[in-house]
Amino acid sequence: MARSIVQEFSKGLWDEIPPFRLVLGLCPVLAVTKSVENGIGMGLATTFVLVCSNVLVSSLRKVIPAKVRIACYIVIIATFVTVVELVMQAFAYPLFLKLGIFIPLIVVNCIVLGRSEAFASKNGIFRSLLDGLGIGVGFTLSLSALAAVRELLGTGDLTIWEKPIQVFGPSYQPFSFMIEAPGAFVALGLMLCLMNLVPKK
Amino acid sequence: MREMIKMLIVLTILATLSGGLLAAIRDNTKDRIENQVLEFVQGPAIRSILEGASNELVVDRFQIKDGDTERTFFVGVFEGEPRAIAFETFGKGGYGGDVGLMVGIDTKDAKLLGVGVTTHAETPGMGAKAKTDPSFVAQFKNLPLAEPIKVTGDGGTINAISGATLTSRAVCSATNDAAKIYEKLKPQLADKLKEFKK
Repeated sequence: MARSIVQEFSKGLWDEIPPFRLVLGLCPVLAVTKSVENGIGMGLATTFVLVCSNVLVSSLRKVIPAKVRIACYIVIIATFVTVVELVMQAFAYPLFLKLGIFIPLIVVNCIVLGRSEAFASKNGIFRSLLDGLGIGVGFTLSLSALAAVRELLGTGDLTIWEKPIQVFGPSYQPFSFMIEAPGAFVALGLMLCLMNLVPKK
Repeated sequence: MREMIKMLIVLTILATLSGGLLAAIRDNTKDRIENQVLEFVQGPAIRSILEGASNELVVDRFQIKDGDTERTFFVGVFEGEPRAIAFETFGKGGYGGDVGLMVGIDTKDAKLLGVGVTTHAETPGMGAKAKTDPSFVAQFKNLPLAEPIKVTGDGGTINAISGATLTSRAVCSATNDAAKIYEKLKPQLADKLKEFKK
């Protein structure tokens, strides 16, 4: 089942979109999607780690001994995660305060390790790059979409670049259940359900 | 055997390289991170305590060694005189651990300019009000340093946040610690402030 180069990227946007189709990496999906801003920030951080680790794992795939491959992947992933953490602290400290522990936890996000193991260790550098990018963008989109639903219903606003935009107007009674933890499960379940209504090819 | 050696070499090289890379990035971002932490964690408290100062707050600061710890003091210039300082202390015994408190002191009149909570792990809606409810910390404004500050239940003048006596006590004890530190470092502080004048 050979894919074209374009498909290598676009599969991450629907066919293998991480939280909905692969149902991987749910911890940050549920935890940080309280606002669209957090969702985008988390998505971009994960995308960066995915792309970098995919490229490096793919270029080292012939050097890394099979028996210690997971250890090697984790070293690579952890390095990039720490890079993201430091850079975010230096340049986007308020975002770092909001995402907090979930940035270091990208290390154990199964999407990243999963792509290294399932894709980058078996494919060329360019294809791995596209795969990482596609999955990363898909992850960012899913986080933003889920966060938009939760923030919209939970607060009636959408916050973009720290500026809240009132969507439903001042008379809207916030359904604050949606920005609490259980709301994350409900929203995720409903979105999964909607996605499954679209027939598979 | 050969496989074993290869495993060792690959992992060692990988770990070394990543260690080197991270050390380099850390070195290059260290100062920026320090500034960002000051700006976003201590910054808001400092700005509210030293409100009305004419100098550049947060940026104007100096360090003094106090035993083993190095303390950072932030300077506030009022009426052309660097007479106010603010520094952070930690109140023991909060409900969720230590409560970080920025304490502002007017060095001329030996009184409190105000306090502001910086870091804490208190319960939202209860102890966390120490940070979010300005009316609690407003009680500390202009109190003289000479007397220890206590909540009303302990025979003092501060009305504790209802349901959060522990947090209120921690804030008081942090303030009292600050007064003690100030007394101890008074000579050095005066020197530093003089230097600051020019």
